Amino acid sequence: MEKLHNAVRQFKEKPWAAGVIAAIDRYTKKQQERRMLAVSHPFWVIVQKEISDHVRSWRFNVLLFLILLTCFGSLYTSITSLVDETRKAGDSDDPFFFLKLFTLSDGSLPPFHVFVGFLGPLLGIGLGFDAINSEQNSGTLSRIVAQPIHRDYLINAKFIAALTVIGVLFFALGFLVMGFGMFIIGIPPTVEEFFRIVCFLLLSILYVAFWLNLSVFLSIRFRQAATSALTAIAVWLFFTIFYQLIVNMVARALMPSEAALPQQLIGYQQFIMNLMRVIPSQLYTDATTTLLVPSVRSLGPLTMEQAYGAIPSPLPLGQSLLIVWPQLTGLIAATVVCFALSYVSFMRKEIRSR
Amino acid sequence: MNQSIIELESLTKKYGEFAAVDHLDLSIRKGEIFGLLGPNGAGKSTTILMMLGLTEPTSGRVKVCGIDSTIHPIDVKRRVGYLPDDVGFYEQLSGRENLLYTARLNRLSRREAEQRVDALLQRIGLKDASGKKAGKYSRGMRQRLGLADVLVKNPEVIILDEPTLGIDPIGVREFLDLIVALSREEQITVLLSSHHLHQVQQVCDRVGIFVAGKLLAQGNVVELSKALFSDKEPYLVEAAIEGALTPEMAETVKSQLLDLEGAVSVRIDKERIYIGGTQEVTAEVAHILVHAGVGLKHLNTREYGLDDIYTKYFEGGEVYGKTA
Repeated sequence: MEKLHNAVRQFKEKPWAAGVIAAIDRYTKKQQERRMLAVSHPFWVIVQKEISDHVRSWRFNVLLFLILLTCFGSLYTSITSLVDETRKAGDSDDPFFFLKLFTLSDGSLPPFHVFVGFLGPLLGIGLGFDAINSEQNSGTLSRIVAQPIHRDYLINAKFIAALTVIGVLFFALGFLVMGFGMFIIGIPPTVEEFFRIVCFLLLSILYVAFWLNLSVFLSIRFRQAATSALTAIAVWLFFTIFYQLIVNMVARALMPSEAALPQQLIGYQQFIMNLMRVIPSQLYTDATTTLLVPSVRSLGPLTMEQAYGAIPSPLPLGQSLLIVWPQLTGLIAATVVCFALSYVSFMRKEIRSR
Repeated sequence: MNQSIIELESLTKKYGEFAAVDHLDLSIRKGEIFGLLGPNGAGKSTTILMMLGLTEPTSGRVKVCGIDSTIHPIDVKRRVGYLPDDVGFYEQLSGRENLLYTARLNRLSRREAEQRVDALLQRIGLKDASGKKAGKYSRGMRQRLGLADVLVKNPEVIILDEPTLGIDPIGVREFLDLIVALSREEQITVLLSSHHLHQVQQVCDRVGIFVAGKLLAQGNVVELSKALFSDKEPYLVEAAIEGALTPEMAETVKSQLLDLEGAVSVRIDKERIYIGGTQEVTAEVAHILVHAGVGLKHLNTREYGLDDIYTKYFEGGEVYGKTA
């Protein structure tokens, strides 16, 4: 410590160093001055405040802790099973070795992308469920809309702020996992792997944005924050658990006989798949699997003719993206619909005090 | 001074069939303190919301500072400060941070915002509590912070919706004094809605009485009582007598009293006599009663205040006997 201190002092005494330090000082002072005099657009003022509210809230920090924990848990399991995987050799020439960090699991904990698919909705709901009704209940809403701003600034800013927080969080997490992975297994990702991971992260953000918008909509619709939170969680549970059950029941009822034609069987299969794809979580799972496991070539049934002559190699990123394009569009559409609903209902709402 | 700053022209707001505000015409002059007085649910808040362009009128026009609030709400909101009833602040932020946020929403730079907010906090006497979280403020402090919040944008008009609700009497006194002082110093027009008539009476230059979506009367208190009772009896004399009168005696006294110039109605109620009139007739009443040999205990003259105007309109009918 003493040594470091002395070194710093000696460094400071050098004339050129003193000059540099003074220049940096001047620069930061000037920047600060400019910041103090700058007039920001009210929209960004709201975004700023919302972000700082999120980051400082207990709720967000609890969620963050939960997600960090699961993230490292799944990283741990994937690395331990990665070791076994390499011992088995065989696919040591797998060009997408690094991606396995995100998809492998030894069974004790689900892999990273499944975890994100599970906790992402919770994060979205957590950031949005009291966006409007808590302001209404604390009496701040009527005060804010009486300021010279357009009303939609408020809802747009809330959405942008939450999305920014989510985006930063996911990119930080994804890159953190990548960094740790590189550090532990000693293999850097290829360019394609890197872009696949970036795509996966963007997709996850989109998925969380859907849940965020849904919960914002509920927060406008319901006056009590608890009601909107419960409703959002109910929707989430319905989609993750009960919807599958219902589809299974429908599938069993519609099951064609053993003697059915292959076309019928395929039609039936397709119908069930399409039923599953109504829900956003299925779209997300489909899309992430395709992105993170390049050997996935189709999300529906493949006939022998289609598979015939195909080279059993992983798909390039462009092709994988092409496969998930419908899923992506579906997710974007669902998000936009939710946002439009909340936008319209907020603009029409008459804002009275409490 | 006489130019009007808020103008409402046959303003109407309907919720389904129910008319919350019904063809309201009102004009408020620059620099005055106007009290909008009415019971709960009379449509005061709805009128205010329409002035700010926060809700659209079904028909009619609102002009504030010469700008149509329905078409250009942003320009109006730049000039008008609004303090909602039961104002709320972000509880996790300090009082000062809350004001800074408002200031920056009004396009002030950080530096300007800090200067103005600190000056305002000093002015309303919350300097010491400025760093405290707004969630820990008492009701009265919150209301004063609300006033500062309204003043941050340097408004030409401030609209206060039930500003004194839930504050203790001393707090109310201070708050109202602050409003009057600010209005006089900075030439701010104040529109104050309330159902506390005494407070309105204390501070307002003019009062509008607002019931069931309609403005029944407006003017200062004297004008109002004249306007409302001129055809009847703006003055009331109450005489307490010793022992009930015999029926014959009551008849003579009554006819004598009615002969008085300015007396309009006489009502005898056991040991009390009420004389309503267009003029001050107390001395004559005393004279007649004493001459008739009635034991006079005391005489009480009363002018109509807002109280009576209020009761008359809100409950309708009988005004007599409402005061002790």
